[in-house]
This record gives sequence, structure tokens and C-alpha cells, in this order.
Amino acid sequence: MAKTLAQKILQRHSLDEVGTAGQIVCCKTSMVLANDITAPLAIDSFRKMGAGKVFDRQKVALVCDHFTPNKDIDSAEQVKKVREFAREMGIVHYYEGGNVGVEHALLPELGMVGPGDIVVGADSHTCTYGGLGAFATGMGSTDIAAAMALGETWFKVPETIKVNIIGNLDKYTTPKDLILYLIGIIGVDGALYRALEFTGSIVDEMEIEGRMTMANMAIEAGGKAGLFPADDKTVAYCLEKGFENPEKIFSDDGALYCREVKIDVTGMSPQVACPHLPDNVKAVDELERVKVDQVVLGSCTNGRITDLRQAAEILKGRKVNRDVRFIVLPATPKIFEQALEEGLINIFIKAGAIVGPPTCGPCLGGHMGILASGERCLATTNRNFKGRMGSLDSEVYLGSPMVAAATAIAGEIIHPGKV
Amino acid sequence: MKYTGKAHKVGDHIDTDAIIPARFLVTSDPVELGKKCFEGLEQGWASRINNGDILVGGKNFGCGSSREHAPIAIIGSGMPAVIAHSFARIFYRNGFNMGLVLLEIGDDTGKISDGDQLEVDASTGEIKNLTTGDIIKSLPVPEFMADILSKGGLVNYVRGKVA
Repeated sequence: MAKTLAQKILQRHSLDEVGTAGQIVCCKTSMVLANDITAPLAIDSFRKMGAGKVFDRQKVALVCDHFTPNKDIDSAEQVKKVREFAREMGIVHYYEGGNVGVEHALLPELGMVGPGDIVVGADSHTCTYGGLGAFATGMGSTDIAAAMALGETWFKVPETIKVNIIGNLDKYTTPKDLILYLIGIIGVDGALYRALEFTGSIVDEMEIEGRMTMANMAIEAGGKAGLFPADDKTVAYCLEKGFENPEKIFSDDGALYCREVKIDVTGMSPQVACPHLPDNVKAVDELERVKVDQVVLGSCTNGRITDLRQAAEILKGRKVNRDVRFIVLPATPKIFEQALEEGLINIFIKAGAIVGPPTCGPCLGGHMGILASGERCLATTNRNFKGRMGSLDSEVYLGSPMVAAATAIAGEIIHPGKV
Repeated sequence: MKYTGKAHKVGDHIDTDAIIPARFLVTSDPVELGKKCFEGLEQGWASRINNGDILVGGKNFGCGSSREHAPIAIIGSGMPAVIAHSFARIFYRNGFNMGLVLLEIGDDTGKISDGDQLEVDASTGEIKNLTTGDIIKSLPVPEFMADILSKGGLVNYVRGKVA
């Protein structure tokens, strides 16, 4: 049977014969992940299961990135619980403090995930690793506890939507704009229980960081996974990060898809998701004088070096609007260091931005940039649900790093070509 | 197992930030989380709930994050069951693992109004609207999940395997 990328990767890790969509299969896991919010619950379930050890000390990652640096006593207690568990179990990949980064930027950077892997994480944006050709998906803490104990989990083989992206990309239009555009077309439940598989000339040309940005938001369309083929670019990226023996993986010719979406990007403007759902997407030019109080650049979606470079390029020699708080959070310590070396941090600080440590912080309304009632933010993050970043009467718009930088300068949401 | 209670209706695409905002995720205590249930929808929402009441959602209920605190908050608020047009994938799996009764009924959500008195039979998946007299059949629980349920849920299923 000709297989989609999802079917192909599931088959690699299963003794079951992986067939058509809807079948339940049991698969071995390559990496199992949890963070400071979800690990405490997973640890409780793990204990209740009577498990004495994790299936592999090298293949469980505990990344304290959400409320860190700890925002209050309760979050510090949660991190302490995770730290003590990591020590007790001898978990190799425990991150907190100076080595911690936003989990979905950190794991690829450390060469811990790669093509053909099955990665499950107690975090919905685990789907990010689809950018590397891994079948990666989010689950709850108890499912993750089971995977930590057994090294396996169950999946329903998903139907796949093929997304074919072609045309000529404008210099201000980025992978973030493409994924927002797609979610705008198919809706927040358009890929419910399904996988997305990206293909086409734009995908072939796209760098790995951009692919991860797109795969990251598959969940915002309800998707189980967002998969990119693993090609020469993937192999080169993974080798550089120290991932062992990365292989190329493509779907089979003749594989069955439940739907095909074709997107011609020629002439496409930067896109913005307006409150309060990620599918409420408009071209940035359609917005009329939407003033903002805050801009956030960072997160597992857009906190990588490419994102910082793109924003700095717009910001260079300019000033952040005096009515705007522009918060820049490089997603990992290494990205921070690289941004320092390249002079990007200098550009941000001179422009009047606030540069903070790697953390998920404001994206989920945790800390380091919470909105008051009536306030509005343009963020490069992934969700704009009501109250996501603070008050129930605040608003979040989602956009690319270039739109973020332009907006920080103008004080209103604006096309990066217009500042 | 049968549950009888008042229906509390919410809309489509209710996300996990609406069910339990992230700022409350500093505990895993069901009672504490239950007090803040739907605080992301409306301040003080949970005060309307009486023990045994039943939540009725629209399409894609529970979309967004993987936080297991969402089904725990619903259970902690006193609601044993959620009926919805459809469920978001991660929430469905989480709810199931936490022992929350989940019933998917598609367009039949239109046969339930806010405040109706409902009787839910978790074993047959049948919902009686005691206010209108309507009887609604939900989609069956997937076979594999029913199997895990028959083994006492995921925790017990794994317990059997690691022993």
C-alpha cells in the first residue's frame, strides 16, 4: 500500500501492519517530553501506574520553560517536583535555568529529534518537529506518563490533508504568513484528527526553521501532526545539530489523501490572525489603524535566529513607538548568544525593546508581559484565544516577526514594507 | 452509570484557555482547579454549577493546549460529563483518561437548550432530555478506548504492564 508520511513513520515504529486511516496502532516512542506545567501531573500518574523507572533515561526530556524563571511560589514548587523526579530517575535531558530554552526550539537545536522519529509531548505544540520529518504530536500528562513508563503509545492512523504550496514568495511574506493563511482557509477544526502534509516548490525551498514554524501551528487547525518531507536540507540541519544518522523520508507516490489544498503564494501579503481565533485571518493591508500597546517577538513558533534577524533588519536604526512595549524573547540560550554575536540584541536594545530570557512566559499569559483590560498585543506566538495573554478584555493579534517589528515602530499593525 | 443534572451550554471552539486559564496551572488539585473552571470564558462562571450538572459544548470542544488540567477542572467543578458536537483530539483523549464522560452527538446539540434537565447513561451513550422528552444517541466510544476503559482506565492498564 502506498503510504502517506504519517503512515510511513508510524510503520517504522510499529509491529502492527499500518493500514488505512482509523486503524489503531501501537508504536514505540523515540522521545517523550513534558514541561513544568504538564510534568507534575505526569509524575503523579506515573507513580499511580506503579512505574519504578522510565523506559530510557536518554529518551525522556523534561523542560521547565513555561513559568520559568519561576514566577511565584507555586510554580517554583512545581519545578522543584520535576527536578527531584529527574534526579531520582536519572533523566539525562532535564533543563532548567541557564540551559533551558523553549522546548520546541531547544530539542531540535540539541539534535534530540530528527526525521522518522515518533515524538510525543505533554504540550500541544510538540507537532513542531514535523518540520524535521518526525511524526510528533501533543498528548495529555497521563498519556505521557504511560509513554515514559512503557516507551510506547497508541495512535489512530490519521487521514492526511495534502497542502501543496507553489508560486513566488514576496520578500515580506514568511512561513508564518503561509500557515496563518492556511488556517484561515481550512479553519480551526479543518484538520481535526487529521495530519497535514506539506509539499510543493515553496516547501522545497523553505529552510528548516520556517518549516518548524509552519508545523508548529498544525494544532491551530486541530491537526494531529504537520509533516514535512525530510530532504537534503533536513539531513544537513540534523547532522549539524548532532542528530545521529538522519535519513531522507518522502511519502509514496499514489498515497491516499482525504483532501488537497493548493496555495499559490504569488502576490500574498503578510497575514494577521485577528481576535479571538487563529482562523480569523486577514491580509495585513486590510487592517485599518489597529493600535497596539504591546508587541511580543518569541515563542516556539517564532523565537529562532531567523525570526530575530528578520525583525532586527526592519528595526535597525529605528525606534520603538513610545506607546508600545516591545518584548523580545530569544527562544534558547544559544539563539540569545548568536543574536548577541550578530549584533541583533544591540539593535533591539538601542531601538528601545525589552530583551528577556528564553521562556514561554507571555504567550500563555504566564508572566513577563501580561495584558490589562482594553490592551492589545501583536505577537509572533500561536494562539489568540480570548484572555490568552491576560485580561479577558484584552486582545491578541498574531503575525510574523517582520510584522511585529514594523508594528512596534508604527504603534499600529502595519505592513513591514510601509515603515 | 447514570447522571442527571442541568445542562450548561457553551459555544463552538471552546479552548482550554477558556476552560482553565494558564495562570491557574500552578496546582493539580481538582477542587482548586474546579473553582476556576471556565474562568477564561467569564469571571465566576463556575458559581452556577451544582454537583452533577452536565456541560454541553459545540464544535471542536477543548481545542488548544494539551493541559490535562482542563478535564480535571471540569470534574472538580462537579460536572461528570461533557456532551459536544465534536471534541478536539487531545482533549478527547485526556478527558477519557481522567474518567470524564464524553459524548459526541453532532447536530443533535440543537436538541438541548441551556438549563434543560438531562439524564445521561454513560454505558449506553444515551441522553434523555427530561425537559423536552427528546432521546439522543451519541457516537459509540472507539473500540480500543472501550477496551482500555474495561481494564479500569489508562493508569490501571499501564499498571498491569509494568508489574
